[in-house]
Amino acid sequence: MQQQSNRFFFNVDWVTILIYVALCVVGFINIFATEYDPDKSTAFSFTANYGKQLIFIGTGLILGFSILLFDAKFFSVFAPIVYGVTIILLLAVLVVGQSVGGNQAWIPIGSFKLQPSEFAKFGTALLLARYISSFNVKLNTLKPILICAVIIILPMCLIMLQPDAGSTLVFLSFMFPLYREGLPGNLLVLFWGLVLLFILNLYLSPLVLITSILILGGIFVYSNRKKQQKIINITLITALAIAYLFVAKFLFNNVLQSHQRDRIELVLGLKTDNKRSGYNVIQSKIAIGAGQVTGRGFLEGTQTKFKYVPAQSTDFIFSTIGEEWGFVGCAVVIGLYLFLLLRVINMAERQRSSFSRVYGYSIACILFFHVFINIGMTIGIMPVIGIPLPFISYGGSSLWSFTLLLFIFLKLDSNRMGFI
Amino acid sequence: MDQLFNRKYIIQGLFVLLAILLLGNLFYIQIGTDKYFINANSNALRKSYIFPARGVILDRNNNILAQNQPTYDLIVTPKLVKPFDTLSLCEIIGIDMPTFREKLRKATVKSRYQASIFQKLLSVETYAALQEKLANYEGFEVQKRTIRYYPDSIASHFLGYMREVTQGDLDKYNGYYRSGDYIGKTGIEKEYEVNLRGTKGVTHILYNVKNVAQGKYADGKLDSMAISGDQLTSTIDIGIQKLGEELLANKVGSIVAIEPATGEVLAFVSSPGYDPNKLVGNNFSKNYSEIWANPYQAFVVRPIQGGYSPGSAFKPLDALIALSEGVVDPNSTIFCPGYYVAGNRKFKCEHIDGNTNLRWALSRSCNTYFYSIFAKMMTKNGNSRIKQQAAYEAWQNKVRKFGIGDTLGIDFPGEKAYKLFRKKDYDKKHGKYWSNSTIMSVAIGQGEINTTPLQMANIMAIIANRGYYLKPHIVKGIGNNKYIDPKYKQKHYVDIDAKLFEPVIAGMQDAVNTSTGTATESRLRNIIMAGKTGTVQNSRGKNHSVFIGFAPRDNPKIAIAVIVENGGYGGSYAAPIASYITEKYLTDSLTGRLINGATIQKYKDANLLPILKVTKPVNKITDSLNKNTKKENNKIAINTFNKEIDKPKKNATTK
Repeated sequence: MQQQSNRFFFNVDWVTILIYVALCVVGFINIFATEYDPDKSTAFSFTANYGKQLIFIGTGLILGFSILLFDAKFFSVFAPIVYGVTIILLLAVLVVGQSVGGNQAWIPIGSFKLQPSEFAKFGTALLLARYISSFNVKLNTLKPILICAVIIILPMCLIMLQPDAGSTLVFLSFMFPLYREGLPGNLLVLFWGLVLLFILNLYLSPLVLITSILILGGIFVYSNRKKQQKIINITLITALAIAYLFVAKFLFNNVLQSHQRDRIELVLGLKTDNKRSGYNVIQSKIAIGAGQVTGRGFLEGTQTKFKYVPAQSTDFIFSTIGEEWGFVGCAVVIGLYLFLLLRVINMAERQRSSFSRVYGYSIACILFFHVFINIGMTIGIMPVIGIPLPFISYGGSSLWSFTLLLFIFLKLDSNRMGFI
Repeated sequence: MDQLFNRKYIIQGLFVLLAILLLGNLFYIQIGTDKYFINANSNALRKSYIFPARGVILDRNNNILAQNQPTYDLIVTPKLVKPFDTLSLCEIIGIDMPTFREKLRKATVKSRYQASIFQKLLSVETYAALQEKLANYEGFEVQKRTIRYYPDSIASHFLGYMREVTQGDLDKYNGYYRSGDYIGKTGIEKEYEVNLRGTKGVTHILYNVKNVAQGKYADGKLDSMAISGDQLTSTIDIGIQKLGEELLANKVGSIVAIEPATGEVLAFVSSPGYDPNKLVGNNFSKNYSEIWANPYQAFVVRPIQGGYSPGSAFKPLDALIALSEGVVDPNSTIFCPGYYVAGNRKFKCEHIDGNTNLRWALSRSCNTYFYSIFAKMMTKNGNSRIKQQAAYEAWQNKVRKFGIGDTLGIDFPGEKAYKLFRKKDYDKKHGKYWSNSTIMSVAIGQGEINTTPLQMANIMAIIANRGYYLKPHIVKGIGNNKYIDPKYKQKHYVDIDAKLFEPVIAGMQDAVNTSTGTATESRLRNIIMAGKTGTVQNSRGKNHSVFIGFAPRDNPKIAIAVIVENGGYGGSYAAPIASYITEKYLTDSLTGRLINGATIQKYKDANLLPILKVTKPVNKITDSLNKNTKKENNKIAINTFNKEIDKPKKNATTK
């Protein structure tokens, strides 16, 4: 143990930290570009967003390195408490929270605003890791699956009450660490099958869909006509699938809010809208497309400079990268993310403790979910659900929570030879 | 555990796959299509144009035919409009409140952020009144541009008019014009559009999302200044153009005058015409449909579109070909008993001219003489049908050299080509069985011969030049260095010996200058004019009055063709009009001569418009004048003046 402490910084994965810093720098540069106004003086200002972001990055690094000073056992031990605190914060935000853009998601602390849903991710990740790493949990049996489901769904419900669909959906990424730990693949297939059916339900008329389900069921029944049990199962599944169609339609029409419906319909191409929900995406695509191969150059993006893309420093920061740095810049950024996340998974696999492994997988999947959905929405292939691009988007809460997520894992990894 | 370890690859594979999906989409958006790049530019980059002054059009003596006058458009940017005293604005620009609201609504629908035209073509006075109060009307601006002004209100067909570009124009000139721009649609404005319009200046300005200008794009590297259009010196003489238009007032017809030595068109009159200033500015569409509705088809450019049989005016040409073929001798005579017999057909001559030589035949317009020389030409190689038809083919090729049967290639849009029959055309019409007597009317310029007034004038230019012409053209020089296409300096020879022209010219001289000539009343003092009258039978009632001629006889300065539809004898209207115009052009004054006992004012006042019984409005300009109105729908306007003048005095008779 003594030796471990002495070699503290040698065990930390510096490559990951390097990529982390690189992404933060990319974020700062591009936030600066969105704020840049050729007419105003170029004196650096800490009150501008880019100035604040620099402070967030600085404090984020301090936060990260102080986490490295913690005892690795701390996170495992205090996981339930951290989870509990985030749940309390999620409850609190519903009462004392400030509403921004229709979501009651922020708790004001002085001049700073805290977004509990950002921190709920790592609270959930910690508790999930703690539970799965505890003795004799087998994820192919019902009870552990249900417990895991409760751990994940509880914060989801609370966030949905804000209501913040984007942050809620992020929790779906926990599915993949569970899969790694033994969750039956069929469940995943079932889940995504339901999602697919949900989407098809919007595209096709119920008659067509029901007929095709019946035909599909019929084919399966025929091919298994010798096995009575299977026939019963297939018939049951077919009936459930048809029932699901109606439930899904009901959920879509009555539970989702109209702007969420719009966004889903826009992405699926069921609707075109150049003014409201679609406007962001169109402007974002135009900005990205304008970058072409090598981009217009730093501070040369006309769409960026003249504020054509709404929310450009936060959710749509990727459009700035696209316009000013072109396809090359986009590929570099996506490459950095991919390298980081594959590395995190490889690191997770080298952990001796399953707590660290589950946690590693969790953060890799959460980060990937953010990256994919965020970039996907800026180029119009994913619905606009308002989740930030990790380390790059402007905003303290998100940067800090991603920093926390990553550095806790780095701490766990640096300690992989020890015992928890 | 092995089994579960493999799941790492599934998850990592998923990451890679989705990353590739993103990159693929980005590749399409950024590299695969330039749609978004173009959209980005239309978002932020706006071109603003500076309109150059359009080139001024001058006559041959540098008098102004067309110039520019300033006009003002009121433009509005709906987003910037704040509540204001709308009533005062309405009063200044002369509209009522509902119109105002409707216009503002339309502009808002078009674009809230971009300026659009609110009220077009405000006068200088309105502008002055508006300018004082403009500061009160936020969101409104005034944009200056120029429109045409024609100080003398003449030469409408010649100058042409301008109009807003159509989609077709936009496609044709790819990119120069933008909708709302004006373009020359007819006449010289169309033909020389590219020279006249100049080059628009452009500035590239960047706008932010709130439509506030953010400065020049790329420091103005792509910007350019407006370059004014070239000044155009036309060949027209404003004096005779104006006189010609006055003389043809209330008549259907045309006057074309050419300077033989250069091919420059001196007068280009088409009647009925209109005031060119009517097709400028606010009342364009109203006036346009009014002119369009004129039953005498005011938009037809008769000098180059009207098709007329030349009638007896064709005879000089006929004589020249006969001389060049050697079938007649200028001094040999043919006896005219008042008719001509070919085969079993008898063709009338208007009078008994007795023993007739070429000179006498031309001055008297003797049909018998020309029938017989035509027959001689056709039967030169033998009497057989085949030989005659071959002779005709050779003959019509010689006629073609005079510019008949095709366009002359004047620098003016819309020139028509009227057909001159070839052998095969007659074969089609008559079968194979035709000979000179079948087509005898061609000998006196009737039947299957159609020419434009320009072609007739050009024939006179050829005779005046003794054997060649230069392509008639209407522009003397483009810009300050007076550029002219070298093709207008090239002589086109008709391949007839210059000395063969003299007997023909002598005959034409006698037609005007001897007491027995057909146009003797129209002779000029001190100037010898050579000419030929024509009285053209046509399907639309009374004969057309035709005169072609040139003057002076030696070293000619002007060749002229005048057609007055339904004007009767060539000597009654066409010849006097030609005479007055020639006098005006050569002496720059009018002496107040009486012709046929009438003053020039009487000719100007004479109304020869056929009375149309057609009640339904003429809504389509047909290609040929000849096809338009039917005989039974036609009556000649009768007034006492016509009666008086219809019978030319002395020997100035017929054909």
